[in-house]
Amino acid sequence: MMLVNVAGLIVIALIVWWFWLYKPKAASDIGGDTVILVANGTYDPARLSIPPGKPATLKFLREDESPCSAVVVFADLDISKDLPVGKVSEVTLPALPSGEYPFTCQMQMYRGDLIVEENEK
Amino acid sequence: MNKPVEQKDTRQSDGGGSHPIYLNVIDASCASCVDKIERALKAVPGVKDAAMNLAQRSVAVTGHVEGSSLIKAIESAGYTAKMAGDPSDRDSIDEQEKSDEVYYRRLLRETWAALSLGVPLMVYGLFIGEMSVNSPGQRLAWLSVGVATLVVMYWAGKHFYVGAWKSFLNHSANMDTLIALGTGTAWIYSMFVVLFPDIVPEMARHVYFEATAMIIGLINLGLALEIRARGKTSLAIKRLIGLQPKLARVIREGQELDVAIESVALGEHLRVRPGEKLPVDGVVLEGHTTIDESMLTGEPMPIEKGPGDTVVAGTINRSGTVIFEATKVGKDTALAQIIQMVKRAQNSKPPIGRLADVISAYFVPVVMIIAVLSALVWLNFGPEPRLAFAIVCATTVLIIACPCALGLATPMSVMVGVGKAAEAGVLIRNGEALQTASKLSAMVLDKTGTITLGQPRVTEIELVAGGLEEHVLSLAASLESGSEHPLAQSIVASAKERGISIEKVESFKAIAGHGVSGKVGAHELLFGNERLMNKHGIELGDSVAKGQAMAARAQTPMYFSVDGRLDAIIAVEDPIKEDSISAINRLKEDGVRIIMLTGDNRDTAKAVAQRVGIEEFYAEVLPGQKSEKISELQARGEIVGMSGDGINDAPALALANVGFAIGTGTDVAIESADITLMRGSLHGLADAIEVSKATMANIKQNLVGAFIYNVAGVPVAAGVLYPFIGILLNPVIAGAAMAFSSLTVVTNANRLRLFKASAA
Repeated sequence: MMLVNVAGLIVIALIVWWFWLYKPKAASDIGGDTVILVANGTYDPARLSIPPGKPATLKFLREDESPCSAVVVFADLDISKDLPVGKVSEVTLPALPSGEYPFTCQMQMYRGDLIVEENEK
Repeated sequence: MNKPVEQKDTRQSDGGGSHPIYLNVIDASCASCVDKIERALKAVPGVKDAAMNLAQRSVAVTGHVEGSSLIKAIESAGYTAKMAGDPSDRDSIDEQEKSDEVYYRRLLRETWAALSLGVPLMVYGLFIGEMSVNSPGQRLAWLSVGVATLVVMYWAGKHFYVGAWKSFLNHSANMDTLIALGTGTAWIYSMFVVLFPDIVPEMARHVYFEATAMIIGLINLGLALEIRARGKTSLAIKRLIGLQPKLARVIREGQELDVAIESVALGEHLRVRPGEKLPVDGVVLEGHTTIDESMLTGEPMPIEKGPGDTVVAGTINRSGTVIFEATKVGKDTALAQIIQMVKRAQNSKPPIGRLADVISAYFVPVVMIIAVLSALVWLNFGPEPRLAFAIVCATTVLIIACPCALGLATPMSVMVGVGKAAEAGVLIRNGEALQTASKLSAMVLDKTGTITLGQPRVTEIELVAGGLEEHVLSLAASLESGSEHPLAQSIVASAKERGISIEKVESFKAIAGHGVSGKVGAHELLFGNERLMNKHGIELGDSVAKGQAMAARAQTPMYFSVDGRLDAIIAVEDPIKEDSISAINRLKEDGVRIIMLTGDNRDTAKAVAQRVGIEEFYAEVLPGQKSEKISELQARGEIVGMSGDGINDAPALALANVGFAIGTGTDVAIESADITLMRGSLHGLADAIEVSKATMANIKQNLVGAFIYNVAGVPVAAGVLYPFIGILLNPVIAGAAMAFSSLTVVTNANRLRLFKASAA
């Protein structure tokens, strides 16, 4: 029984680590050609990086038919865009100061982060 | 005839080719089309490369080139092309509806497949036999059921498992995660019992294949019904998009042609006949008609239009035939901008929704932890069969928790509420404006143009020093011809009406809050209020009493002096809008304190305020003082709305908690305020406040409902009631509850569509 309890606690610790404590890997640099896939409940890539102080255009291609994915919302920027299935939709962003700008579906189930930072490369 | 101006899509791909232009080619259907289209595009000067994706029916073009020339190239190759992602495009809405319909049917098929396995199994378990593994015969039977369930899981529930896995890799978790874990746990445990019955205590050799199949079926059913309900939440925007006709009748080289509205260019002449919708914005050149603008402004009366008047796309021509010139086409029309604004507002979130967002960000992992904890508690302290109890409770916890209901609560109501407002000609900028408007406690109204028509006219001329009215009016109008103030314009208009000539004015000076001064011919003139006269030491004598008498009749008296001597008092009246009184009554009934501000004199202000039933007013307010008044009210704890024409009142509008721009018809700067009223009537204010209140109430119902559902449902599922009253939830019930909780939220939001403003 002891073993089962320890295993249970380890599972809980793993959940906490995997979903909350894990530091995500470096963000994908968004060049003009990268199309963000909206499929299977996720944005892919989900972490995007753009340079500060320059307007940018993000391209989304929605493959999920579920209406959950129908809109992408940049809540902090008051920007949203309808994503028709199977079509590339463009989201135009103004020049932004450095920082993290999450983007989500209307219900926050699809999640991504837009990171505005100087490219070290 | 004017030469048509080529309208160009100004989107350009930059020379470096790092930002391609995307085009949708709807009718490309075969591999040979790809080659044809790519070659046509590459032949366009400036194109570096063109790559078509047949699956998406889209083509990416790089190079330095304009979108319109690419569309032409594709069209001449025999296909139809559009710039990608045009959100107000009617076709893309139709296409989306079709694709939703396909998805809906697929979900229903999956539902029936899963339920046709789940229901018989459940009936068997409840009424006929035991769902446990006690003999080799039962093992074989359950093994085949287990395999059948796996097939159902794959065919009808694959999207849950793939979605869960992909989000897991992404370090995120969502509804798919919970469903996949819940149904997966039930199936794996059951399969384990079937394959290794000897390891499992005898009392716990129970299988839960029916739960897996039923849950998948019910949740698919819930999703399918949700799609239907969601379709209704965007009816308002679909209606707006539907206002634009597909064809326009243009006059090219003397011939009338029916063309697609996308190809109407700026400056082209168009003809509309009675009963037809206007295709683009423009100015009437020939003919007279009445136009129904109610679909955009909420104004029920048709508006008369003649040469020089502006007309807008989406409105309906009622009585006559007119020819007009296109002044705005495509995305620049008022209708297109309204659609854009409504869409943006529909997707923005009022602050009240932020808490739900924070909760839903942590929700799924927390539920997973609760599931593990409840399993551990059952294993340690539960009655026999502990293992079976632990598995059932963990599964039920995972299944009953519904992050969707919480996540949907705010956006669905905002979608419907903002759409509903737009139907009444009220454009709400964003969720924050919506929330603040629902809490307004005070409303500041500008008198001129808001309560009154804003079209003052001369009603009385009192000659103090004798002489001729015509002479006085001529001098006054000459002086005022330099001013843009509405009162000044009324003097000029009055002179023109009487055919009185207007002369040149020299050293003209406007003194804010006082009036104007200048020189006409040899005469030094002053024209303005009492303050102006006092300032220049002009004796008014008993004329003050005359002026006051005029003001008490809701007229504005203006004193006119020639060469340092009072010559006349000219009274100007700005008629009160027909429905101002009833609208102000509505606002009062909505519990809003009403304050009138005006630059006009005290007596006139008082007379107007009394007529419309306003108790609180401030007169002789200089333009800069409007903001101060609003700050004062805010300092006293009021949440202040301010309405004005959006041009002169910009600072006050910006300072108010909610700024309302009152438009006249469709000629309105949409971007200028928190809430834009397309109709000139004050009823729009009451409509806006009432629709905001109804929407916020709806959001609160949804949030509270979703919150209580989860807060109550998860512990019950974990079995907290079992020690007290012996209640334990069946996972299938949990699945049904979960599927219908989000459907309930969407349905409740749709209830807002029935909202009716109080008597308008």
